[in-house]
Amino acid sequence: MKFSLGPNLYFWPKQQVFDFYQQAAESDVEHVYLGETVCSKRRELKLDDYLTIAHMLREAGKKVTLSTMTLLEAPAELRELGKYCDNGEFDVEANDVSAIGILQEQGLNFTAGPAINIYNHQSLRRLIDMGMTRWVAPFELSRDWLQDILQQNLINTVRDCFEVEVFSFGHMPLAWSGRCFTARSENRPKDQCELCCIKYPEGREVKSQEGQQVFVLNGIQTQSGTRYNLINQLPSMKDLVDIVRISPQPEGTFDWLGRFRNNVDGEQPVKLNSKESNGYWLQLAGLATA
Amino acid sequence: MELLCPAGSIPALKAAIENGADAVYVGLKDETNARHFAGLNLNQMKLSEAADYVHKHGRKLHVAINTFAHANSWEKWRQAVDDAVLAGADVLIIADLAVLAYAAERYPRVERHLSVQASATNAGAIRFYQQFGVSRVVLPRVLSMQQVRALARTTDVELEVFAFGSLCIMAEGRCYLSSYLTGESPNTAGACSPAAFVEWDEQDNKLESRLNGVLIDRFDENEKAGYPTLCKGRFSVDDEIYNVLEEPTSLNTLSLLPQLYKEGIASLKIEGRQRSPAYVSQITRVWRQAIDTVMADPDNFEVADNWNSVLSSLSEGSQTTLGAYHRKWK
Repeated sequence: MKFSLGPNLYFWPKQQVFDFYQQAAESDVEHVYLGETVCSKRRELKLDDYLTIAHMLREAGKKVTLSTMTLLEAPAELRELGKYCDNGEFDVEANDVSAIGILQEQGLNFTAGPAINIYNHQSLRRLIDMGMTRWVAPFELSRDWLQDILQQNLINTVRDCFEVEVFSFGHMPLAWSGRCFTARSENRPKDQCELCCIKYPEGREVKSQEGQQVFVLNGIQTQSGTRYNLINQLPSMKDLVDIVRISPQPEGTFDWLGRFRNNVDGEQPVKLNSKESNGYWLQLAGLATA
Repeated sequence: MELLCPAGSIPALKAAIENGADAVYVGLKDETNARHFAGLNLNQMKLSEAADYVHKHGRKLHVAINTFAHANSWEKWRQAVDDAVLAGADVLIIADLAVLAYAAERYPRVERHLSVQASATNAGAIRFYQQFGVSRVVLPRVLSMQQVRALARTTDVELEVFAFGSLCIMAEGRCYLSSYLTGESPNTAGACSPAAFVEWDEQDNKLESRLNGVLIDRFDENEKAGYPTLCKGRFSVDDEIYNVLEEPTSLNTLSLLPQLYKEGIASLKIEGRQRSPAYVSQITRVWRQAIDTVMADPDNFEVADNWNSVLSSLSEGSQTTLGAYHRKWK
């Protein structure tokens, strides 16, 4: 079982990003995803900066994948997407079918990100035939649902052609909008957001009127209020999941990576706190814990 | 420019046709469509009846098969395509890649429209889906008018936009908020904020609405309490309580009609298969008049007061918005 660092979903100052990936280079993580997947206005790092980091990580022995934007609306965003796909060196994670289209036309292999809606073997097989070599399952797929897909004949006959990755730690991106909710929370129009999301390195908490944390605002993305944590489910991923995804946090990411690695066989379980959940994997509501 | 109206039953479908819809869209009575509500939608027999009625009046029937198929019941989605074609559907509205491919390969002559649930928000995504022979794309409600215009000028497929009704503020097909709270996924089960999870309770003279136990909103006695669609609830950020994501309001694009017409938008979709036949009648009548007016003289189009008052009275919280079409909304 291998581990990955998913794309950083938050907006951090450039130096913090460089420091984070320096730590990643020194860690034992196998895969790293780099790139802006949430908002095209966030330009602390440009593609060239990500490529600099990518080279540094590759030197350190990591497998690097460039992650692309999820909600693309403007022609300029598509042009930027084209540059990611044309990088010539690194694999690309497609988070919108527009990226799959570009990579397919160029005959390049790709990773299908979690925002691509694949819920059945028939659709999965279509993507494999288009060149998909890694599949990051949608967040809401349970272990049983994933198994249902993978054991179909259409898939198990080509199971060695692709890897399966599961988002296992961090606040889950639950929705994408044309509206920026962080700007709205500061009473700013989206056009004049002044990139205020940089003030919230792990998003803004949204609570119900009785204090239950329900969501986290991260720009145009709405995340789960709970931190998803499948550390205790790692044994149930054996023979099903190839790569376990850890989503970058401002603090403690690499400590958690160590804890995950120590519990691959269930030898060092961790008790989840009240702000964590594991429901989706267990076929429950996403915010539930069992 | 086509007027495409919703119907969750035969009476609603007749109301739409009688009041001037060019086409009507419906769904089957199961989780293969994105309005899978109790007591709604048509079985195979009713679907044939619907097709006959619509065709007798020279209009078109669109059938939405727009949820994502399950691995262990894929046949149900394939069957839905077969049933819709057999009943005489003119158009299939599809979101799932494999369902789309099946329809294209099995029934190449039946028109395929890409459902809003497929979340095609840009020219690249549209190009991707063209390999499955889609002749029309239904655009998500997250695009501004400027973005719709840019798309209309770059793509050769027909575009359909939402003109009126409940407003999804998230890119459709990419919203797990409801599944996060209830465990039931709009993408695969076909309902957002499902009624079975809704509870109402009165506490200290306040009416509380909950979804699967999570408090969505609290209403004073003098406030109108809306259905707890979770993105329209009042939550708190740093102790300030407000509609964190969106107010309860409906989309209304009447004032954009001339622009939509000039950009060659093929179809205006009215949301609301879950609505009553009376609602469908009133909405259809207003939009028929508005479309006829704009097509007769697009340069001098003005929104009639009585159209707006009818639409407001049928809107969530009696409020309407241009939604994402208007830049300020963002």
